[in-house]
Amino acid sequence: MNTVASTAPQKRTRLTTPVAVDIINMNKWYGDFHVLRDINLKVMGGERIVICGPSGSGKSTMIRCVNQLEEHQSGRIIVDGVELTNDLKKIDEVRRDVGMVFQHFNLFPHLTVLENCTLAPIWVRKMPKREAEELALRYLKRVKIPEQANKYPGQLSGGQQQRVAIARALCMNPKIMLFDEPTSALDPEMVKEVLDTMVGLADDGMTMLVVTHEMGFARQVANRIVFMDEGQIVESNVPEEFFAHPQHERTKLFLSQILR
Amino acid sequence: MSMSDEGELAIANMGFVRREQLPPQPPPRRMTGPIGWVRENLLSTPLNIVLTILVALLLAWVIPEIVNFLFIDAVWTGMDRDACREVVQHREIGACWPFVWERLPYFIYGSYPGPERWRVDVFFALLAVAVVWTLWLGAPRRDIGMVYAFVLMPVASFILLHGFEVIGLPVVDTVLWGGVLVTIVVASVGIVASLPLGILLALGRRSHMPAVRLFSTIFIEFVRGVPLVTVLFMASVMLPLFVPDNFEPDKLLRALIGIALFASAYMAEVVRAGLQAIPKGQFEGAMAVGLTYWQRMRLIILPQALKTTIPNIVNNYVALFKDTTLVFIVGIFDLLRTIEVARIDPKWAAPVTSTTGYAVAAIFYLVFCYGMSRYARAVETRLAQSDRR
Ligand SMILES: Nc1ncnc2c1ncn2[C@@H]1O[C@H](COP(=O)(O)OP(=O)(O)O)[C@@H](O)[C@H]1O
Ligand SMILES: [Mg+2]
Repeated sequence: MNTVASTAPQKRTRLTTPVAVDIINMNKWYGDFHVLRDINLKVMGGERIVICGPSGSGKSTMIRCVNQLEEHQSGRIIVDGVELTNDLKKIDEVRRDVGMVFQHFNLFPHLTVLENCTLAPIWVRKMPKREAEELALRYLKRVKIPEQANKYPGQLSGGQQQRVAIARALCMNPKIMLFDEPTSALDPEMVKEVLDTMVGLADDGMTMLVVTHEMGFARQVANRIVFMDEGQIVESNVPEEFFAHPQHERTKLFLSQILR
Repeated sequence: MSMSDEGELAIANMGFVRREQLPPQPPPRRMTGPIGWVRENLLSTPLNIVLTILVALLLAWVIPEIVNFLFIDAVWTGMDRDACREVVQHREIGACWPFVWERLPYFIYGSYPGPERWRVDVFFALLAVAVVWTLWLGAPRRDIGMVYAFVLMPVASFILLHGFEVIGLPVVDTVLWGGVLVTIVVASVGIVASLPLGILLALGRRSHMPAVRLFSTIFIEFVRGVPLVTVLFMASVMLPLFVPDNFEPDKLLRALIGIALFASAYMAEVVRAGLQAIPKGQFEGAMAVGLTYWQRMRLIILPQALKTTIPNIVNNYVALFKDTTLVFIVGIFDLLRTIEVARIDPKWAAPVTSTTGYAVAAIFYLVFCYGMSRYARAVETRLAQSDRR
């Protein structure tokens, strides 16, 4: 995995504040349904947070609030010093600097792999096309699929598509990366290639919020594990403690089910 | 070991390992070739056989009639009605082609003044270039083609057809326009204007801004809820009320606006269906990389949505093309109207004159609409292939 890190670009955009993401007393409702309840989470720059919990507990909703794919109704979310409000400019600003990787990849099927990666640098960062292509190829190399650059996403395996999605996000040189169950839609033999890529990113010092049930990954890279249930953060601890001495009943139940 | 041995082994023993790859074999003969096609498509079931026979009988009855009328019994030369009258010629009379031949310029240009008709020809040529450039999927630089078809060509055509004294093109009042020219102008304005307007309305209908959404919804539902004739009457009668008295828009322009609004409302619904088929993940993926709303629509959503709706868009255009015949209601001389006028000309008064005129109209509309349908089918096939990529 260190070989992955060694091909990394020299410069990475630094966060301007020590706190990468600060979520303070945040609440969200879907209609009458109180989906996120009084969420407090502070993520320092360079920290890797793994978020786990039963299905429907609000993990996706929470990290999607960080780049405002979902809006919150009360409380504050501050991303690298920028507070997310109704101001669309602020939202665009945050989205430019926060990369996201989805469970179902969400690649653009009408564009080639290379175009998927260069699109945002060209249109959002106003980068010249040539430069954007060089950048994209560098990241495609880093996720180990430069030879697929001119194919369409539909021609790639799930694991390859997810690595393209990671490269696409990295091309925007993000300060923070969000992952929403990046390996859940993959065939088992492809999970490793994606996790390896993510481990490489972590080694490189990227600030990461990862929703995943890959507990091996959590043990290996997480600074902290956050356990959610029914819209609340129930427990949060360093991996060793979290796995060895879960405090809350629901955490124990969840771990007993998942670590069987 | 032979294959059947292997198969028996599989049954005999619980454990089974295949040792050799089975070679592929050609399909049975009766599935392929022309005979296979006929069997499969025309004679597959008793009902299918009955239908095949009925259709064959129908064609055997209709086709000779048409061929007789258009060719065998047709009159090919003549100076006036006498050439096309049974009582004079003492034979079965089909289509009266000399009538069409003599009135052809009127059918094409209407009353557009003779010395200026070259301008119409140039317009047809400009339009043909636009059509080929934008529709032929393998054409070079189709992006420039789009700009040409949706911006340059319309402006150039307007200057050319309407006239522009400064550059020495005398103004030709639209009252004089007619025939194929008007049909094509009305149809192309409808086609060219309805796509962008329809897209805007479709986006508006899905907008998060309530005022925009309300306006789009009301507009679409209202226009779709009334017949085109009503829209044309309203455009023709009500538009002048909204503009200053001394700037009364001309009759053709009013009809064009009516057609464009009408076509946009239908286009909006077609585009909306396409938008709805785009998975939510595409919007989210585009948002997450930081694209703005218009970038998301232009670069990610619309290219995908429009691609899948091309067949429906073209179907809409076919319907619109035929609907343009209704502009005669507000006093505009499209092709069908010029034929209507010509067929009652005493010089050519004969029992077959009207039928001949309508046959010309039918052939004209058939050629254009069938062409559009074929194009839609071809694109559909191509898209289906690229989806399997
Ligand atoms: N758009 C939505 N509208 C209404 N309810 C939703 C919506 N999205 C998610 N939910 C509900 O919110 C809860 C949390 O969803 P989610 O954040 O996706 O959970 P997780 O990712 O932990 O499985 C679930 O009960 C889900 O049904
Ligand atoms: Mg989820």
